[in-house]
Amino acid sequence: MDWGFPENVSTFGADIDAAYGAIFYATALMFVIVQGLLVYCIIRFRRREGRKAVPIHGNTRLEILWTVVPFFGVMFIAYTSASVWLDIKSPDRMPEDAMELSVTAQQFEWSVTYPGADGQLATADDYSTRNELHIPVDRAVRLTLHAQDVIHSFYLPELRVKQDAVPGMEIPVWLQATATGEYTLGCAELCGLGHYRMRGTVNVYSQQEFDTWAAEEAAIASGAPASLPPVAAR
Amino acid sequence: MSTVALPEYVHHYHDPAHADDRSFVRKYIFSTDHKIIGIQFLFMSLTFLLIGGLLAMLIRWQLGWPGRPLPGGAVLGETRMPGGIMLPEFYNSLMTMHGTIMIFFAVMPLLVGVFANYLIPLQVGAPDMAFPRLNMASFWLAVVSGILMFAGFFVEAGHAAAGWTSYAPLSVVPEYSGVYNGQVLWTVSLIILGFSSLAGAVNYITTIINMRAPGMTLLRLPLPTWALFITSILILLAIPVLTGALILLLFDQVLGTGFFIPEMGGEPLLWQHMFWYFGHPEVYILILPSFGFVSEIIANGARKPVFGYTAMVLALAAIAFLGWIVWGHHMFQSGMNPMLGVGFMATTMVIAVPTAIKVFNWIGTLWQGNLHFHSPMLYSLAFVSMFVIGGFSGVFLASTPVDIPLHDTYFVVAHIHYVLFGGSLFGIFAALTYWFPKMFGRTMNERINKIHFALTFVFFNLTFFPMHELGVNGMLRRVYDYTQYALFQDLVDLNRFISLSAFALFASQLIYAANYIWSLGRGARASANPWRANSLEWTVPSPPPHGNFDSMPVVYRGPYEYSSPESEEDYLPQDAPPAEAPRPEPAPTFA
Repeated sequence: MDWGFPENVSTFGADIDAAYGAIFYATALMFVIVQGLLVYCIIRFRRREGRKAVPIHGNTRLEILWTVVPFFGVMFIAYTSASVWLDIKSPDRMPEDAMELSVTAQQFEWSVTYPGADGQLATADDYSTRNELHIPVDRAVRLTLHAQDVIHSFYLPELRVKQDAVPGMEIPVWLQATATGEYTLGCAELCGLGHYRMRGTVNVYSQQEFDTWAAEEAAIASGAPASLPPVAAR
Repeated sequence: MSTVALPEYVHHYHDPAHADDRSFVRKYIFSTDHKIIGIQFLFMSLTFLLIGGLLAMLIRWQLGWPGRPLPGGAVLGETRMPGGIMLPEFYNSLMTMHGTIMIFFAVMPLLVGVFANYLIPLQVGAPDMAFPRLNMASFWLAVVSGILMFAGFFVEAGHAAAGWTSYAPLSVVPEYSGVYNGQVLWTVSLIILGFSSLAGAVNYITTIINMRAPGMTLLRLPLPTWALFITSILILLAIPVLTGALILLLFDQVLGTGFFIPEMGGEPLLWQHMFWYFGHPEVYILILPSFGFVSEIIANGARKPVFGYTAMVLALAAIAFLGWIVWGHHMFQSGMNPMLGVGFMATTMVIAVPTAIKVFNWIGTLWQGNLHFHSPMLYSLAFVSMFVIGGFSGVFLASTPVDIPLHDTYFVVAHIHYVLFGGSLFGIFAALTYWFPKMFGRTMNERINKIHFALTFVFFNLTFFPMHELGVNGMLRRVYDYTQYALFQDLVDLNRFISLSAFALFASQLIYAANYIWSLGRGARASANPWRANSLEWTVPSPPPHGNFDSMPVVYRGPYEYSSPESEEDYLPQDAPPAEAPRPEPAPTFA
């Protein structure tokens, strides 16, 4: 079901959307019950001449009921949410064989560094793109977030990713796209005057297209003709 | 008959034989009378409520018509709206100051500054606060703070623009924010306001503990006083953390220290932890008093005792306690350890439990009542209904994975406004209207209030409900021009609809303001007890004289004995002696 979220193109995005849907139904049910009771009381017990209210002071059984039931309800939501969350955010659970990228945020742009032919970051053959994230489809990607100046937030709405980039910290993020295409990259944390225009694109390619793109970029970066081996070939 | 030990301050009670000979300045300006101080806070915070609302209207103009010149907007000057077109730096200041003013200078003083001051001594049966001069200092510190905060609009490079949360390093380094003295004024103003709040909180707590009239046991306190008591404890414990954080921020801003600057060994997340360690209890500071007002008014309107009085008190205390261990839910996406996120999610979810207890008890209070729909009752019922929606949207945001797409979007804006406007502010309207006759000795026009209620209820929902949809679509908050994003370009129509609703919502508030001001001078004279209520403030004239009570009241029962079989009427004042064996109970058991 489409909840009004942007189209989901990430592996874990379906789990997030499902959690949203479950909470939507649970709260919708409670909404109908509570607002229904309220409206019922307002109509049924409206003022009538000669009627005296019944001076009830309370009911311990009811108090216990509406303490215990909501407790287990919300604890169930928390329990089911926890594993979805940790699968997305916990560094221990991130895929081991992911493609490694480095993302640096500064006022007001994103720069993405790719590992080059050797598959290693922080080597001479690295190359970067500005306000563009290029990734292959169906392949786990692990990004390390850095910030140069103030706090920014790495926001990919269609990939269901949001993670602050904090100066002085290295924060890991992983994602895996499920469809090729061009998607949104934005900054979700107020970062100054140009915050509103700190945005870019995510380009999700097929593996073949990505390899071609990567080879071209590597060639441009090294100043050599575009005939180097593809970066992501394993 | 057992004698009641009269406390030392008893001579402060109103003596009808002696005329009030205080000078005008002592009586109305540098007054130590809790009622005057409450009314001073009232006019100060209503002014700020109006300013905060106007800022919101400017924000809504930009969001409804991005980049379009506002007719007449050019008067705001070249540095803000050249040719009527809003600059991003001004937008950031507007958004920052809307939050800051509404939270610190409108809603918080309306709830606490006004009603804690006005109601507590009257409801506990005391002649004044425990520390009247400290109380006066509390108000005048707030005035100084308010003037400094307002002055920020006129300094070079504009007012603070780092959001009301003022995250470092943006709030520290002028080169990053483009703001210089505005940011410093913001910090200094809030430090001063912190001392004002502390002075107030100490006073409220002491008064409630020490100055209750004979027979006013803790479990006979009216719920507004209970709520304000617990709120004061939160203020006493939370504000020093904010003040401490602000002092560190000020050092970073002006002395060149680096508490929050990583290049200097500082830690940006430290600010967030300190800010939200204050900030989440603050959220409950902003809602608990309204819980109290609404409980009082619903019982009065239903002509029934509050259902589960003790459960209501315990739920207040539970919310206040849990409020201390949930601050991390503001930081799920901050880079904090994700395992901490799980813990904070669990504690946050648990807050739904005491909240549900309160909602069900309000419904229980209506059950088999004889509901009088006076305007304070309408505002209170709307409070319950709207607050429930704010609670439900909170469950979405509390779930860590669901928070990923929703964090920092308009879903959060919708959530906070359902809680703070639909909740706190509807509670404030209820309380302002309900205690108006007591405060000013006159009555507001009931028909106009009902029109205001209906318009506010409709336009509030038309304004804020669609914001959930914006947020689910991913639209970010605090963004000057969302049409920069291709993804959000089809949200312009919905934003325009929201803006038009917001303008209508603002205009509706002017109806209330006009009714309020008109009624101050021209409203029909109010009797001592126009709502036929039970608590002690209704046993004295409207408005109460200096010293409140002619002699120390004696309390025989709880505050919600509506429709009691003991009485012919459908109410039974707390100080009415029992029909048989009329003897005062011993002095308060709380030592």
